[in-house]
Amino acid sequence: MSAPILELRDVKTHFPLHRGLIFRRDAGTVKAVDGVTLSVQKGEVLGLVGESGCGKSTLARTILQLLPTTAGTVLLGGRNLTTADAAEVRAARRDLQMIFQDPYASLNPRMTVFDTLAEPLRVHGVCPLEAIPARVHRLMERVGLAPRFLRKYPHEFSGGQRQRIAIARALALEPRIVVADEPVSALDVSIQAQILNLLAGLCREIDLTLIFIAHDLSVVKHISDRVAVMYLGRIVELGTAADVIERPQHPYTKALVSAIPVPDPDVERTRQRLVLPGDPPSPINPPSGCAFHPRCAHAVARCREAVPPLVPAGPAREAACIRLGEI
Amino acid sequence: MPLLKVTDLRTSFHTRTGVTRAVDGVSFSLERGETLGIVGESGSGKSVTCYSILGLIPQPPGRIEGGSAVFAGTDLLRCRPEEARALRGKRIAMIFQDPMTSLNPYLRIGDQLIEPLLIHERLSREDARRRSLAMLEAVGINDAARRIDLYPHEFSGGMRQRVMIAMALITKPELLISDEPTTALDVTVQAQILELIRRMQRELGMAVIFITHDLGVVSGLCDRVQVMYAGRIVETADTRTLFHAPKHPYTRALQRSIPALQAKGSTLYTIPGLPPDLSRPVAGCAFAARCEHAVTACRGERPELREAGTGHRHACPRAHAGEL
Repeated sequence: MSAPILELRDVKTHFPLHRGLIFRRDAGTVKAVDGVTLSVQKGEVLGLVGESGCGKSTLARTILQLLPTTAGTVLLGGRNLTTADAAEVRAARRDLQMIFQDPYASLNPRMTVFDTLAEPLRVHGVCPLEAIPARVHRLMERVGLAPRFLRKYPHEFSGGQRQRIAIARALALEPRIVVADEPVSALDVSIQAQILNLLAGLCREIDLTLIFIAHDLSVVKHISDRVAVMYLGRIVELGTAADVIERPQHPYTKALVSAIPVPDPDVERTRQRLVLPGDPPSPINPPSGCAFHPRCAHAVARCREAVPPLVPAGPAREAACIRLGEI
Repeated sequence: MPLLKVTDLRTSFHTRTGVTRAVDGVSFSLERGETLGIVGESGSGKSVTCYSILGLIPQPPGRIEGGSAVFAGTDLLRCRPEEARALRGKRIAMIFQDPMTSLNPYLRIGDQLIEPLLIHERLSREDARRRSLAMLEAVGINDAARRIDLYPHEFSGGMRQRVMIAMALITKPELLISDEPTTALDVTVQAQILELIRRMQRELGMAVIFITHDLGVVSGLCDRVQVMYAGRIVETADTRTLFHAPKHPYTRALQRSIPALQAKGSTLYTIPGLPPDLSRPVAGCAFAARCEHAVTACRGERPELREAGTGHRHACPRAHAGEL
């Protein structure tokens, strides 16, 4: 296997909490991302799933260096971004782009489609000014937007079309990696399918590396080569998409898979459902040992002692549970 | 006699830009204890249908143009406001998508929970508080005796939705209308809430209308489903028939666009185009412009819902003629 295009080594992103306005004192730390090690190959689609608050969006922002890393390293093509200076990070942004969940909030309402797409080209000086219109044209075609929309503003578009504009903007600089944070969660099913097809097509055609964040496992399974399941700032299971979702090994992944409603009444009426008790615990004061143990049906005393590491659990498969062989 | 019978309900919104026909001739009925799913994409009129029945449409800009909604002998659209108020919150209850905006942030949970009991059952505060506590426990809130005195912001999303359900069910309603109650929640919490609704429905024997865009949720919860498109019902059937033998091209298209059933690498089926603009008159079938089976006749007359089997009705003339 060739060297990974993106590598995370024990990445931690913590947010300090303060109490009081004038006499600020420390009131703990939110460990949003707490020791993530992961590598992504060129052209791969990696799905990142987990419940709200598990740190998946923080991890995305950490990869892009939109948030300072507390510890660990983020390597893009072998270059360490956590120690890079501002100019280097800025240069690295050409290779790393992001698509956000809400296309209503992530597009500037005062900029036309043309301005939105031309801005990154101008800022990074990727082509002579007179070549910009032609490139914007090509971008719009690439994402399936008619060129007659060039002079329109975001409010004149539907949600799905806005997400296309956001995708075009992310692709403008021909990045090596795109991180998409819940790009289809705000869209209706029929529109969601269009955007998923578009993203899958782009990955195939331009060999794009995509990190796809979602809470919907069926969407992730459809688009991803590999899936990483996060719980409270850590990866608890990692493997090929179909393998993880069809044969989950970690008790949390099992519960997550079992909670997805299946659009088939016969399956729904007969299957065994594992309903997890309670809510995810707070990342300010996580449970000792395995953070999942208070909600886990298989937890034993040992689970409270130490944080379980990710261990091999089959071919190209890792899981962080000390009772893998027993359950 | 059905518990609720809605006939030819028409609701529109009058704005500067024109008249939007959000609900355009919807008829359905619901038996006691039955669970009906209403499925559709944003703007299909599923929420407006239920808001109209409950008198929750702001008028203006909204206007109920016609039709009736008879609940246990009372036409909710024509009765006096105090009659509707006597039913709402007592015999008919509703839960909404976002519990944070439906709970009053200034009031303790307990004060909000006892309100329907004070109004509708004229209980004393002590009795009402006792009932509220029992209800909070019934919906699975641990440590209810302490939590009853907390404010909504001190609860998590799933807990707030439980409080909403407790509040809706505290008067033991005969009909519960839920508008996407789990859309904002994580799947694991969604599973808890669906389980809770199922259990409460069994215990209280109430009828449920469940509005959602998620076909997966419907398949496990509902006895019957109706699919809405552009302000009309395009297909209705019992859940098994709707999932295994859908007839209307829109229902089929919706089903085919769900990623759950497809393998990686396969292209998802997509419905071309966008839903029609309801502020313009739609000629013929509203789905025709996006339908792969549309013929010239589809753009002529507006198709009506017609029987295609026991309890199975849909509004596609071509499917009725056996052409699809």
